[in-house]
Amino acid sequence: MDLTLTVNGRELRAEVEPHELLLDFLRDRLGLTGAKRSCDVQVCGTCTVLVDGAPVSACSYLAADAHQKEVLTIEGFAQMQEFERFEDAFLRHAALQCGYCTPGLLLTIKSLRDNGELSNEAEIRHGLDGNLCRCTGYRSILEAARELAA
Amino acid sequence: MTVVERPTLAEVGASVPRKDGREKLSGQAQYVGDMEVAGMLHGKILRSPTAHAKITSIDTSAAQEMEGVAAVLTGDDLQDIEPYYGHAIKDRPIVALDRVRFAGEPVAAVAAVNEATAEAAMRAIEVEYEELPVLGTLEQALAADAQRLHDRRPKIGLFHGLGDLGEQQGNVCYRHTISAGDIDRVRKEAAITVEGTYTFPAVYQYAMETHATIAHYHGDGVTLWANCQHPFLVQAEIADLFGLQVGSVRIMVPYLGGGFGSKSYTKMEPLTVALARKAGRPVRIVNRVEESMVTTRRHGMRCWMRTTAGADGTLLTREVHFWLDTGAYADNGPRVTATAADAAPGPYRFEAADVQGYCVYCNTPPSGSYRAFGATHLQWIGESQVDEVARRAGLDPVRLRRRCLAVPGEPVRPDGTGKPLDADLVGDVEQAAAAVGWDEPRRPWRGRGVSVGLLAAGAHPVSRASVRLSSDGSVDVYVGTTELGQGPRTVMAQIAAEELGVSSGLVHVHGADTRFTPYDRSTGASRSTTVAGLAVKRAADAVAQRLRETAGEVWDVDPTLVDLVDGHAVFSGEEITFPDLIAKRFGFRGGEIIEGGEVRPTGGDTGSYAEGPHFWEVCVAGAEVEVDPDTGIIDVLRTATIADVGKAINPQLIERQDEGATLQGVGNALFEEMRLVDGLVTNDNLLEYRVPRVADLPKRMRSIIVENEDGPGPYGAKGCGEGAFAAVPAAIVCALADAGVPMQELPLTPERVWRRIQELSKSTP
Ligand code: FES
Ligand code: FES
Repeated sequence: MDLTLTVNGRELRAEVEPHELLLDFLRDRLGLTGAKRSCDVQVCGTCTVLVDGAPVSACSYLAADAHQKEVLTIEGFAQMQEFERFEDAFLRHAALQCGYCTPGLLLTIKSLRDNGELSNEAEIRHGLDGNLCRCTGYRSILEAARELAA
Repeated sequence: MTVVERPTLAEVGASVPRKDGREKLSGQAQYVGDMEVAGMLHGKILRSPTAHAKITSIDTSAAQEMEGVAAVLTGDDLQDIEPYYGHAIKDRPIVALDRVRFAGEPVAAVAAVNEATAEAAMRAIEVEYEELPVLGTLEQALAADAQRLHDRRPKIGLFHGLGDLGEQQGNVCYRHTISAGDIDRVRKEAAITVEGTYTFPAVYQYAMETHATIAHYHGDGVTLWANCQHPFLVQAEIADLFGLQVGSVRIMVPYLGGGFGSKSYTKMEPLTVALARKAGRPVRIVNRVEESMVTTRRHGMRCWMRTTAGADGTLLTREVHFWLDTGAYADNGPRVTATAADAAPGPYRFEAADVQGYCVYCNTPPSGSYRAFGATHLQWIGESQVDEVARRAGLDPVRLRRRCLAVPGEPVRPDGTGKPLDADLVGDVEQAAAAVGWDEPRRPWRGRGVSVGLLAAGAHPVSRASVRLSSDGSVDVYVGTTELGQGPRTVMAQIAAEELGVSSGLVHVHGADTRFTPYDRSTGASRSTTVAGLAVKRAADAVAQRLRETAGEVWDVDPTLVDLVDGHAVFSGEEITFPDLIAKRFGFRGGEIIEGGEVRPTGGDTGSYAEGPHFWEVCVAGAEVEVDPDTGIIDVLRTATIADVGKAINPQLIERQDEGATLQGVGNALFEEMRLVDGLVTNDNLLEYRVPRVADLPKRMRSIIVENEDGPGPYGAKGCGEGAFAAVPAAIVCALADAGVPMQELPLTPERVWRRIQELSKSTP
């Protein structure tokens, strides 16, 4: 089927299978490998991208459902001015180790922040509860998120 | 004449931001599953649905005829090689040959133009099985009439490092014993005896990135891109398997999305190479989570332990018998068994001890390494018995430890072999206790615990590294340590920068490529900083010598008087930049200085696993928990872990690594468990296999660094990052017992804890 969408600010048209996943579309067709695959069942959040500003698990989201929508991946976010603040906060708190969960976390925090859902500790914790990280033990990530909320 | 020392360490000891940070944050860091090579095919593995069966037929004809399928591999394709591998015991065929021994075992594999085609073809393969009795538990595998899972006389692997493995008895693939003193005589003197049987669950490491390999078999040998922790050991195993020269096997290791032991030794590489060999084109295989779960896991265990003490609580004897379920193939089970045996007595002065560890084949997925293996299995049991001794003797558990723990220089192993204690454990325990409010008043259903143990660390201390100073003054470090997230690309840069007198910003550390990177034994056992870091320091120091020599020639002075500061050679008020110095050395603006460094066991054969360890990694933590008696739910209020690192090269990275270890320890203690039923993993997905989330963070979590400069590594450093994992579950178990609920089975699920509370309230009316 015919798909029209915007990915990282660029409009694209593509022919996709009805069952094609957004994650495969981004990684295999567009070479945007910043979104990672891990659990495949919408638990870990490492495949998170933003669709019209809201975080979705691209492993469990059909490419076709992104029709006429705007998709933002880490590659696009990294080009935006506000990314610098995210980068600084994550580096200062050493909020990443292997880095596999990191793009998904950054995009999740961005959308929480854009939607005003980072205003207190309970919101931060709730907002990040859908992203797994096996390396850090989360504390550094919470510290970075608090700094970004301020 | 003495070398002018720089007054302070500028790089070493500084929390330099991660050098791989920007690449990872921006999504540009590449992992194997992100990589494509020209002409690459995609591979899928057909795995056995049953835990134990004879393969009576395999029909691949339908799969082979599908459009887009390049190759279908079965055991028949391996007749020209000896297809068994395993670094400890060569017991594992690349694909099942005539029999499957676990559910999930590869039976065939397909290479096709894309994953969907490969998957469809994989499903079109027809296999007929004749079911055999499943030995799904230790009890079944150890039964007198149990069928032997391996009837060949096993061939010793290339890297077992455990001395003579001996004849196998039944399904026991390896046995490790430690004994000292006259246990029966000393036990008779005891006033206090604590005895029990304990159960430890199989758990999944869950590195978020699953196992992935790209292999290309070509005229010159094999090229691999693999997410392996030990590229040089895999290189040797692949060469051995396929009859190639070591140098013809090239392995490149990009970033790893976590390892924790799950990517140690050889995993998916032989199968990917065999498939690529048949296809004649590069093939990429990326596991799904359910596949990685049956690729490797942590050993489940049964244990019987008895500890005795005098009336005043002075520890006298310890006896430990434990059985580890290593699954269908040995993988790293023998080493896990030996390390568990080392951890079993605990670092106490016992008058007599007897440890017997058994590594047992079962029809379950293979078990291997997971962070702090062996120590995590045994520390919670030993420490809960020490606490019970303290309770019965009316002694504070910290006081008992102060009295009975070994002190630096005393033997750790009860039989006196191996490295003596190289850490101040009493000091470590006191800090952990203080950090969880040891002396604060106690409230009902709340408890505090401390735990102390040691982990045989360092593996075989063999590493080489090279350091290259280019003509513009930039520095490259080539070292085989794999970046799993633990930070070697940052720490190695700091070490080289320190020796050369430059900023670590100028130093670049690269991923391993076995064709160019000098040999490094492995990335694990907390050895990177301690062993590979020392090789980097020596290499950088050799480059610094060349710089001093050149400056000495330029100024006609004794080179030992030349100092290297901030990218300059300095002598008596004069200075010259490194690029100018190199230009002087070669007579033009080019050339480079490149030198190597080496670490090997001193005295030839010593320092091996059997003799070792290279150092003892300290496993000390404290915890405070609260249990809800109505639900059995445990709330972890406080944890404190001790990173007794000798010298902290990058304190922030150490603290952060121990925070990660703490949460893995919390998961292992409270809820992580692979449920195995007749050898089948019934929760092989992240919906049902729960790992810690943000909500599982302890209310307060501290990571304390202790620096006594008592390690064998650079600047007195020794490894860390694993010990906390062994210590945290043990501290939680001890804290729960302190709250009134002693437990003998992990994980501490609410149901188990609640049942135990009911039992206890019945027995004490
Ligand atoms: S891979 Fe999509 S949520 Fe885990
Ligand atoms: S940094 Fe490795 S999973 Fe989060």
